[in-house]
Amino acid sequence: MQTGGFPWLTMLILLPLAGAGALYFVKDAAARLVALGVTLADLALALPLWWLFDPQSSQMQFTEHVTWIVAPPIHYSLGLDGISLPLVLMTAALMPLCVLISWESITARVRSFMAMLLIMEAAMLGVFVALDFVLFYVFWEAMLIPMYLLIGVWGGPNRLYAAIKFFLYTLAGSVLLLVAILALYFYGGRTFDIQALSQVTYPAALQTWLFLAFFAAFAVKVPMFPFHTWLPDAHVEAPTAGSVILASVLLKMGTYGFLRFSLPMLPDASREMTPVIAALSIVAIIYGAYMALAQTDLKKLIAYSSVSHMGFVTLGLFVLNQQGIEGAVLQMVNHGITTGALFLCVGIIYDRTHSRLISDNVGLAKPMPQYATLLVIFSLSSLGLPGTNSFVGEFLVLIGTFLWSKAATALASLGIILAAAYMLWMVQRVAFGVPSPHHLPRLKDLRPRELAALIPLVVLVFWIGLYPNPVVSRMHASVAKTLESMARTKVAPATHPSAATPPALALTSGGPGAERGPQP
Amino acid sequence: MTDLLIKLIPVFPLLAVIANGLFGRYLWSHDWAHRLAWGSVGLSFLCTIGVVADVLRTGTAHEVIAYQWIFGGDLTINLAYLVDPLTCVWLLVVTGVGFLIHVYSVGYMHGEDGFTRFFTYMNLFMVSMLLLVMGNNYAVLFIGWEGVGLCSYLLIGYYYDKVSAAKAASKAFVVNRIGDAGFLLAIFLVFINFKTLDYTKVFAQVGQLSPDMATAIALCLLVGAVGKSAQLPLHTWLPDAMEGPTPVSALIHAATMVTAGVYMVVRNHAIFDLSPVAMETVAIVGGCTALFAATIGLVQTDIKRVLAYSTVSQLGYMFLGCGIGAYTAAVFHVMTHAFFKALLFLSAGSVIHALSGEQDIRKMGGLSKKIPWTYRLFLIGTVAIAGIPPLAGFWSKDEIMGHAFVHHHYVFYGLAALGAFLTSFYMFRLTYLTFYGPSRMDHHTEEHVHESPMVMVGPLMALGLLSLVGGFLGFPPEHGWLHQFLAPVAGVGGEHEVGTGLVLTLMMIATGIALLGWGLAHYLYSMNPAAPDRWAAKAQGIYNTLLNKYYVDELYDVLVVEPTKKLGLALDWFDRVVIDGIVRAVGTMAELGAAGSTWAEKHVIYGGLNIIGYGNHLLAKQWRQLQSGMVHHYAAIIIAGLFLLAVVIQLIVQR
Repeated sequence: MQTGGFPWLTMLILLPLAGAGALYFVKDAAARLVALGVTLADLALALPLWWLFDPQSSQMQFTEHVTWIVAPPIHYSLGLDGISLPLVLMTAALMPLCVLISWESITARVRSFMAMLLIMEAAMLGVFVALDFVLFYVFWEAMLIPMYLLIGVWGGPNRLYAAIKFFLYTLAGSVLLLVAILALYFYGGRTFDIQALSQVTYPAALQTWLFLAFFAAFAVKVPMFPFHTWLPDAHVEAPTAGSVILASVLLKMGTYGFLRFSLPMLPDASREMTPVIAALSIVAIIYGAYMALAQTDLKKLIAYSSVSHMGFVTLGLFVLNQQGIEGAVLQMVNHGITTGALFLCVGIIYDRTHSRLISDNVGLAKPMPQYATLLVIFSLSSLGLPGTNSFVGEFLVLIGTFLWSKAATALASLGIILAAAYMLWMVQRVAFGVPSPHHLPRLKDLRPRELAALIPLVVLVFWIGLYPNPVVSRMHASVAKTLESMARTKVAPATHPSAATPPALALTSGGPGAERGPQP
Repeated sequence: MTDLLIKLIPVFPLLAVIANGLFGRYLWSHDWAHRLAWGSVGLSFLCTIGVVADVLRTGTAHEVIAYQWIFGGDLTINLAYLVDPLTCVWLLVVTGVGFLIHVYSVGYMHGEDGFTRFFTYMNLFMVSMLLLVMGNNYAVLFIGWEGVGLCSYLLIGYYYDKVSAAKAASKAFVVNRIGDAGFLLAIFLVFINFKTLDYTKVFAQVGQLSPDMATAIALCLLVGAVGKSAQLPLHTWLPDAMEGPTPVSALIHAATMVTAGVYMVVRNHAIFDLSPVAMETVAIVGGCTALFAATIGLVQTDIKRVLAYSTVSQLGYMFLGCGIGAYTAAVFHVMTHAFFKALLFLSAGSVIHALSGEQDIRKMGGLSKKIPWTYRLFLIGTVAIAGIPPLAGFWSKDEIMGHAFVHHHYVFYGLAALGAFLTSFYMFRLTYLTFYGPSRMDHHTEEHVHESPMVMVGPLMALGLLSLVGGFLGFPPEHGWLHQFLAPVAGVGGEHEVGTGLVLTLMMIATGIALLGWGLAHYLYSMNPAAPDRWAAKAQGIYNTLLNKYYVDELYDVLVVEPTKKLGLALDWFDRVVIDGIVRAVGTMAELGAAGSTWAEKHVIYGGLNIIGYGNHLLAKQWRQLQSGMVHHYAAIIIAGLFLLAVVIQLIVQR
């Protein structure tokens, strides 16, 4: 199975880990440089994948396969397809920016902070490329700890409450995820191979239960309404880099999970649950938007806008058509870029005024024209202006949704109107007007380091907005494959798997429910 | 060659945006910034002339693909252009009038803070507007549509440290977004029905549409058009948009962007034609807006706001024209309106410039001697919009009204005629109050009154000339050059052969109405200056209602804005207290459960352990210490849950 050649993905994960190790041998002052160097090197390592990737193929690429534990059969198995590729690149691209933005705002335990960022990076990349369920779970859980520490150690005044809330919410989901993985192992032919498990057809009742277990894990991460209340707290207390990682990458774990596991492994349950998920998504879109309107704290405003935007992603995933899913994957990347950028912007202003309240940060356009320009650009991207990245994603999601239900689309487009209202209202107050004289002396425009963190994101905003083809074309085949695997035949519900030959359930049953009535 | 020219049209302003936007502030002076700005628009205008000449000569439409923009599933969207006669008309207006306004702006914006920023936004507007009218599919139309909305937002909020300007900007964008959402739904409906978004393919198979579907698409499109063109009930943003600099009002909020709704309706007339309901709705919206806005214009005292309401009203005429099938007349009116309304706004700007920023007509008067050129040109604009022959406005407005009469839409004819009377009245009222009578300026302002520089008056003269003779493009009525040019795209409309006698009678009536309005204004504001106040005092209720624009803004505040904010706050409470409350309650229960299990451990299990041995007890005590951390308590509960769940699954599967 090893395709030979350079172990790209392993290197991608090992490099930040090695960097984190190396940090123990350097002084605090050098830690920043080392972290920046490592994240940049990792990005340099990730970039060639963009061109080496074969967009025509729906297969996993750059695969690596090493036996890790023989019994039970757990493998160190990695691979990349058109769905994970953009997410991997987005993650690799954001990490150097996170290091840059923490350059001066983190003054305590710099080495540990940077080490946490690097461990985080390794774990996040691992989640996106793992092809073995146990390996996936290891990475999945490994993300929790550095994030918990990032919030709990370097966070704001209420950080412990926020950190524990974050930890518990996601841990509760994780446990159910583990149960689901074990159930899949037993009913899917005693393997943890994600691709093999995706080929198996599971009994309908089991699918429903597994779906609910997955849902608990993923819905919390997205976060879907009503499991979102950890998000504003975590964002408000997290340091800027933490917020960026949280919003840009961690939230995508949930939607990635839905797409990688729920849809291909549990197609019947997914289809059955579509109305529920779509309803929750639409509630999230509108509810999050209204919440954003009511916020006085910039981070909370953006956090709730995330709830709204991620509603579009889950909606796109579960309308189960090519446009919807491609839009959703693109929107995952877009949300990472735009919301990450907005959190960077909030961090930049927080460094100056030490307040995240809108009322404390008004009239920034006069003293900080560059900052205001970028803030306006990211806000416009967030509200989905054509020409920016989010428009393409939202447009595809909405068109996919429209194929499923016209009423749902009409409701979701209410979110687009509200997005304009809350973003522009924020811009009106923050960028326009007259700044308070008491903050004025501290309001210096962007430093080169801050510009360096924001400019790449501006470029991405317009690139994806104006020429999304390179991104979309790389996900075509993989999305089509996911949909294809969903279309496979069903088996009769609730057949009892014989413990000795569980794979027979799918592979030798010879058609839907052939020769197998329900157990007496 | 033509294809290349077409591709180049939006490229020039785009390059200027990039150059001025990125480097203008650092690398070159204001002089070069404005040269780049108007020069690029001028080049676009030249290209347009080349393209239009080719379309005229060959009579064929050009379709050019720039690149593939979005594709997903069976959806493919190109950034591509379609240049047909309809687009040609708009291209000429947008680049031509746009060029003049850019030149004018050099004088008007001289010495302003953010001079380069102004021209960057103006150029960006040109790019978006060009995409809007040149796109060959709905998606490109939508990019331009939102793009012009963005530029409108940026330019209304140009004086961003003014709170009223920032508010007006946000209001304009959000109100437009309501329309845009409707437009987006229309796009999806089109895609579902035709599996493509290209105009030519859509209109080729438009016959398959069921009448209901056609109505649905047309009405969704209309929602978008109503937002962009400030028609009832989404008109409230346009008067507030006057917070922007005057050239912006002239270019965006009079001559070009606000006519995008008309463009969209005419472009989609094949769909509208299938739905009598939608047509009727368009006509009703247009007719009502024409009259409604005209009545508000009667009593406003801000020179730009009068013009703004007049724009809303004139756009109503265009919609009315579309609604009754007079597409060519509507396009004709778009064109003449662009000439005379740009002229009026820019002359008003020249007045404001002369009076160092004063906009209140109660503080003007007697300016005709002091700024003679501005006065003469403003007068041309007034006569043109009032509908007095042979100036531009007469021909186009008369054609819409004539069409209404001939096709038996007598109610609409009545609305339009009454609106025309009011239009003539309020425009001459404006002229009288501004330029005639005694001066009501304060001394300081009066001393500084000066005619505007040539760079401003020059474009005014060009627009004045167009307002004088532009109407002849559509002469003779229904058979003019414009009608022949637009015939392939705008449809011929129900071809009634109308007797010359009726046409002449209708023209005479229209002229009479316009002169009547002038006469009344002359009586009230020249012969009998005390009368207006007396009349206002007599009809206090009506006067106040009009002065407060029928309280529509207040109504929307009560019905929409405040409830939205309150709902946000209520949901915020719900989120913090109810949802998070449940979460915290679950947490507390888990804590209690943890405490309970600790108790059980201590008293039940340890009790048993005690029997086994004291040594074990000590060990267990150590173990218990581990359990005191809060997170671990939860973890214990969760693991208990894990086993429970495993059991449940096992049971289900074995069922």
